[in-house]
Amino acid sequence: MSGTSPRQHQSVSLRFALYALMLLLALVFVFPFLFMLTASFRTNEQIFAHSGTIGAFVPTGELTTANYAYVFGNGNILHFFLNSVLITTLTVGLGLIVNSLAAFSLARLQWRGREAVASLLVVLLVIPFEAISVPLMLLVAHLPGLGLEAGRLVLTRSWLNTLYVQILPFVANAFSIYLFYQFFRGIPKDFDEAAYIDGATPLQAYRHVIVPSSKPVFATVSILQGLAMWNQYLWPVITVPGESARPLMVGMQQFFGHTTEWGNVMAYATVITVPVLAAFVIFQRWFVRSVIGSGVKG
Amino acid sequence: MPASLELRDIHKEYGGRQIIKGVSLTVAPSEFLVLVGPSGCGKSTLLRMIAGLEEITSGDLLFDGERVNDWDPARRRIGMVFQSYALYPHMTVAENIGFSLKLAKMPRAERQQRVDDALRTLQLEELRDNKPSQLSGGQRQRVAIGRAIVRNPNAFLFDEPLSNLDASLRIQMRMEISRLHQRLRNTVVYVTHDQVEAMTLADRIVVLEGGVIRQIGAPLDLYERPANRFVAGFIGTPTMAFLHVARSDAKGGQLAVKLAGQDDDAPPLELGIAVSATFAEGAFTLGIRPEHCRLAAPESARLVGTVALVERLGADTFAFLDVPGAEDTVAVRLGEEANRIAVGDRVGLQFDAAKAHLFDAGGIAVRSPAI
Repeated sequence: MSGTSPRQHQSVSLRFALYALMLLLALVFVFPFLFMLTASFRTNEQIFAHSGTIGAFVPTGELTTANYAYVFGNGNILHFFLNSVLITTLTVGLGLIVNSLAAFSLARLQWRGREAVASLLVVLLVIPFEAISVPLMLLVAHLPGLGLEAGRLVLTRSWLNTLYVQILPFVANAFSIYLFYQFFRGIPKDFDEAAYIDGATPLQAYRHVIVPSSKPVFATVSILQGLAMWNQYLWPVITVPGESARPLMVGMQQFFGHTTEWGNVMAYATVITVPVLAAFVIFQRWFVRSVIGSGVKG
Repeated sequence: MPASLELRDIHKEYGGRQIIKGVSLTVAPSEFLVLVGPSGCGKSTLLRMIAGLEEITSGDLLFDGERVNDWDPARRRIGMVFQSYALYPHMTVAENIGFSLKLAKMPRAERQQRVDDALRTLQLEELRDNKPSQLSGGQRQRVAIGRAIVRNPNAFLFDEPLSNLDASLRIQMRMEISRLHQRLRNTVVYVTHDQVEAMTLADRIVVLEGGVIRQIGAPLDLYERPANRFVAGFIGTPTMAFLHVARSDAKGGQLAVKLAGQDDDAPPLELGIAVSATFAEGAFTLGIRPEHCRLAAPESARLVGTVALVERLGADTFAFLDVPGAEDTVAVRLGEEANRIAVGDRVGLQFDAAKAHLFDAGGIAVRSPAI
C-alpha cells in the first residue's frame, strides 16, 4: 500500500496550515525581542542602517559588546539589579506563604464568614492598583518603620525610600489568593481528612499534603507575581525618590536620561529581560499546566 | 486495645435538614459492625461523625465510656480507609503508611519497624518505594489498610472501601479484610451499600434508612427475621417477593389470608398466627424468599404466573415470574427443572406458608417464620 487517503491528506494539510499560522503568530511576538537583542550589539549607526530591513532582527554584520560595557560601567545597574532581585524574591517568597495559607483557610477550613471573605476577594480583583496607589502612598509615608543610620538600626517616621515599602504592600495579593483558592478547591477533600485521621493539624495537612500536591499553582503564582514585581514602575517612582532602594525599571528610566545611544538602551533592556525569560523557561511546564487547570487567561 | 463505641441518640443536621435522626447503638470491643443502607441513608455521615470529620449536632459519642464528641480525629486514634483510598500522591507506599507515625514523632527505627510489619502483613514489601499512581486498585486498597493498621488504632473505620474495585478483586479483598480482622481483632465499623459485603463480613449489621436504624442484628437474624419490609427487601439476593393480601380474616382465631392473585374459589392461606378479629381486618403484605418458592403445575398451584426472566448463575438458577398481585417479579430458586424452563412459560407458583413473612400496612413484620 502506498500513498495517503484524501482524508489523511486533508488532515496533514490542515495541520500544516495550523503550524504555519502558529509560527507566524510566534514571529509577531518574537520580533521585538530579536530587535532588542540584535540592537544591543550594534552602534547607533548600525541600528539605523538596518532599520526597515530584515537585518534589524538578525545579528549579522559588525557587532559590538561596547553597549554592555557602557551599561555595566555607568548607571549603577548592578545595585539596581540587586534591589530588584531582593524585592522580587522576597515578595514572591513571602507571598507564596501568605497567599497560599489564606487560600487554604478559605478553601479547606470551616469558619464563620468564610463565604463572605471569598466574595470580597473577587471584588478586590477588579480594583486597579492605580486607584489605590496614592492613598497607599500617603499611608506608608506616615507609617513608622526601621532604617539604618551609621550602621545602627533606628526607628524612622516613614516607609518611603526603603526596600520594604516595595515589598510589604504587595505580599498579600488578591489575585494570587484567588489562584490558590481555585486550585485547592480542586484537590479532593479526602486528602486532608486522611491527614487529620493520621494525626495532622490543619497546618501540617497544609504543609505535608496540600503544598506538595500544588506545585503547578505555586509555579504560576511565582511567575505572575514575580513578573509583576520585576516590572514595578509606578509605585517605586512615587515612593522611592533616592537611589539606594531604586529598582531596575526606574533605573532604566534614569539611564535613558544619560545616553542618546539606542544600543545602550537595548543592552539595558536585554539585561532586564533575560532573568524573566530564564524563569519562564524553567517553570514553563508547571505554569502552562496550571493556567490550563485554573482556567486563567495568560 | 480494641475500644468499645457507643452512640447515644445521635442527630445530624445540615442547614435545618435532619440527616441522622436519633441513632443509638453500641459496638463491642473487637466487633465487626457493618452499617448498610441505600444511598443517602446517612451511613457515611454516621461513620464520619465517629471519625471526628463531622460535627455531631446532638447526642453523645463514647469511646470506652468516655465522651469524645469534642475530640479531634487525631485524639480519637482511629484508622480510616476511604472510598477513594486518599493515598498521598507525592509519597511512596512506605511513606504513606508511616506518615501518621512521623506526625506522632515516633523514633525513626521504631517507625521503620512498624512500617515494615505493616508492609509484610499486607504483602506490600516489593512495592514499598512505589508511588500510588504506579499501583493497581487492589494494591492501593491494601496500602490504605496499611495506613490504618500501622497506628494500632482504637477502631478501624471503613467507608465503602471496595466499591471502586472490580467484582473478582472485591471478593478477594473482602476475604483479606475478614482474615485481617480475625488476626488483629480490632473493633471495626464498616460502611457499605452492598448487602453481600455486609452479610459476609459482619458480626452484626445495622440497617439504616433515611437517617434511622431500621434493624440491628446478626446477618442471619436479619435475613430470617426482618423486623420490617424495608429490611426484608434490602437483605437477600434476589430480593424477597411481596404479594398483596386481598382479604384477611380471623378463622377460628387464626389469621387466614387470600392473596390478590388467587382465584376466588381457591382456599384461603392459613398462616398459623393467632389474631383478634379486629386485627385481621387490617391490610397485609406477604413476603416470600426465592428458596421457599417452587414451580408447580398451574392447575395445582396457589398462584399462576409467566416466566419473565431466567438467570443461570452456575451454582443456582433463578426464574423471575410475573404473578398477578405481586409488587414486582417473584424470584424462585430452581432445582432440576432449571433446564426445562424458558421465558414466556406459564407456570404455577407454590410456597411454604409456614416460611412466609407477614407485614402490616405500616410495613412492620407481624410475623417472621421460626426457621
